[in-house]
Amino acid sequence: MAVVGPLSRVARLGRNICRNHRLIFNKIPQQRGIASCIDPSYGLTDEQKEFQKVAFDFAANEMAPHMAEWDQKETFPVETMRKAAQLGFGGIYVRPDVGGSGLSRLDTSIIFEALSTGCVSTTAYISIHNMCAWMIDTFGDNDQREKFCPDLCSMEKFASYCLTEPGSGSDAASLLTSAQKKGDHYILNGSKAFISGGGDTDVYVVMCRTGGKGPKGISCLAVEKGTPGLSFGKKEKKVGWNSQPTRAVIFEDCAVPAANRLGEEGQGFSIAMKGLNGGRINIASCSLGAAHASVLLARDHLLVRKQFGETLANSQFLQFKLAEMATKLVASRLLVRAAAAALQENRPDAVTLCSMAKLFVTDECFNICNQALQMHGGYGYLKDYAVQQFVRDIRVHQILEGTNEVMRMIISRNLLTES
Amino acid sequence: MSGRVLVGVKRVIDYAVKIRVKPDHTGVVTDGVKHSMNPFCEIAVEEAVKLKEKKLIQEVVAVSCGPQQSQETIRTALAMGADRGIHVEVSGKDYDSLGPLQVSKILAALAKKEEAQLVILGKQAIDDDCNQTGQMTAALLDWPQGTFASEVSLEAGKVKVVREIDGGLETIKINTPAVLTADLRLNTPRYATLPNIMKAKKKKIANMKPADLGVDLTSRLEVLRVDEPPQRQAGMKVETVEDLVGKLKEAGKV
Repeated sequence: MAVVGPLSRVARLGRNICRNHRLIFNKIPQQRGIASCIDPSYGLTDEQKEFQKVAFDFAANEMAPHMAEWDQKETFPVETMRKAAQLGFGGIYVRPDVGGSGLSRLDTSIIFEALSTGCVSTTAYISIHNMCAWMIDTFGDNDQREKFCPDLCSMEKFASYCLTEPGSGSDAASLLTSAQKKGDHYILNGSKAFISGGGDTDVYVVMCRTGGKGPKGISCLAVEKGTPGLSFGKKEKKVGWNSQPTRAVIFEDCAVPAANRLGEEGQGFSIAMKGLNGGRINIASCSLGAAHASVLLARDHLLVRKQFGETLANSQFLQFKLAEMATKLVASRLLVRAAAAALQENRPDAVTLCSMAKLFVTDECFNICNQALQMHGGYGYLKDYAVQQFVRDIRVHQILEGTNEVMRMIISRNLLTES
Repeated sequence: MSGRVLVGVKRVIDYAVKIRVKPDHTGVVTDGVKHSMNPFCEIAVEEAVKLKEKKLIQEVVAVSCGPQQSQETIRTALAMGADRGIHVEVSGKDYDSLGPLQVSKILAALAKKEEAQLVILGKQAIDDDCNQTGQMTAALLDWPQGTFASEVSLEAGKVKVVREIDGGLETIKINTPAVLTADLRLNTPRYATLPNIMKAKKKKIANMKPADLGVDLTSRLEVLRVDEPPQRQAGMKVETVEDLVGKLKEAGKV
């Protein structure tokens, strides 16, 4: 049913045209507000513009009105995510024969950037889910692909990526969760920390040690919820990303069929890292969406708020600050899209470029959102205003999927290692 | 009932954009401004696609009149489920003066050419708010019209239309072929899905010029000037009813 609600600024609409929009000025981000120079549709093909349009519409109608509530109530919005999956967002770069949409990394980046303007936390979880679905699609055999991917693409089932442990974050290859082969099962012992979706999701893509020390001893197993020996820690209380639960995932003599191993023994670390390359682009894309929404919010606020007898938009300092924010936003966007294209083509510099994109974009976009909050003055600190949620939600992007410090390690290694 | 539905879709400035009047007051700024499909046209496309899904009609043809960029709007209709598109190319001065009369002539010619059973349009466009094209098209074709439709059901050779009117809801039954215009509550347009967007790439959009249809585009209207609505003036507070009557008399309102 078309829902009608009061409109404030957009007077030309007369009576109630928009479906489900409550354009309560500045409280819900007016993502479709136009500022030409940062328009994210520049340089895209017509088809990509269509993808972007669907994602923007979905974000504005289905996510933005609930973003604050999901954050406050810590709701995992299963129904909304399933609606997104119906549009093809459950397995965007998974192959179509198992239910995926078969799109490119660049298409994916564009979609996540647009969705993120509606809710960063939910979009970030959807991107993690996509990453897991891709890992199974790419490294699983046909039985595994057919068993897991269709349900993941439709979000009938949800996935989690389990690499980090209490004792191994940046030093991921030193992970300790062991997987001992016993007959046609692996017996898992150990625990994973900070797992997004942990406890509420159905399929856990777990990196565990089947061999000796270091990355070559690590394998990748798909563990299903309900397997005896699989349990979860308490739900963590976080500063942001509150629309997805985060829990420890605990294995106590958890028997997993060997048929659930993705790829060969010892291939797990490589699978994990390949998943993360795309994951880094996705996370950076989520930061982009938040920054875009924040720039629009800041712009709108500057045009309205008056001090010293004139609108803030007349202050040269703020004009210059806004210009800097817009410039860094566009620069970030170009870097992410370039990295996405490089990854799609499997170029030799793809891994480093993805790391550069993740490093630069998550940092810059956080600064943009933070600056947007500052421009709101005291109002920026109130939860009634969306900008603080963008700041809180994207802060963690500088930490997960490889800290920005680890990104520097990857980049400097590329420069300093003679090959 | 097998048959073809013609759906008109218009490319308009996106509803979320703040409209600015051009400095020379000849119109509004459209360069570099985000455009999208008129919301009522989206509802029209959705209704046509729904009829096809119910197997009540066979083919949905999306039509748009305008410059090259109108093709984007037709693509959106294709991504929602229309089968093919027709782009009637109108650009430059012709496009600036394109109004309901010209468009309805084009649509009438196309409806005859395509042997359409139904022409479904949005009730009005959000840029000019004319609310005329549907009615004029029906008149030119001498077809019955069901305007402001909030419910449409097809029966053999007829269409039952529930119309939103000032007094409430009016139900009429008209013969096909007919022209319908979609009102807000007719349906909720679907999101295009990623697979449908990709399928839409393969669907055909035919190009033609108004001259091919024998349509004369001369406008009978001339836009003299475009201005912003006047700024809302501050009101006045009065103490007593006598004051109020006095003030109203002063302003010549009473």
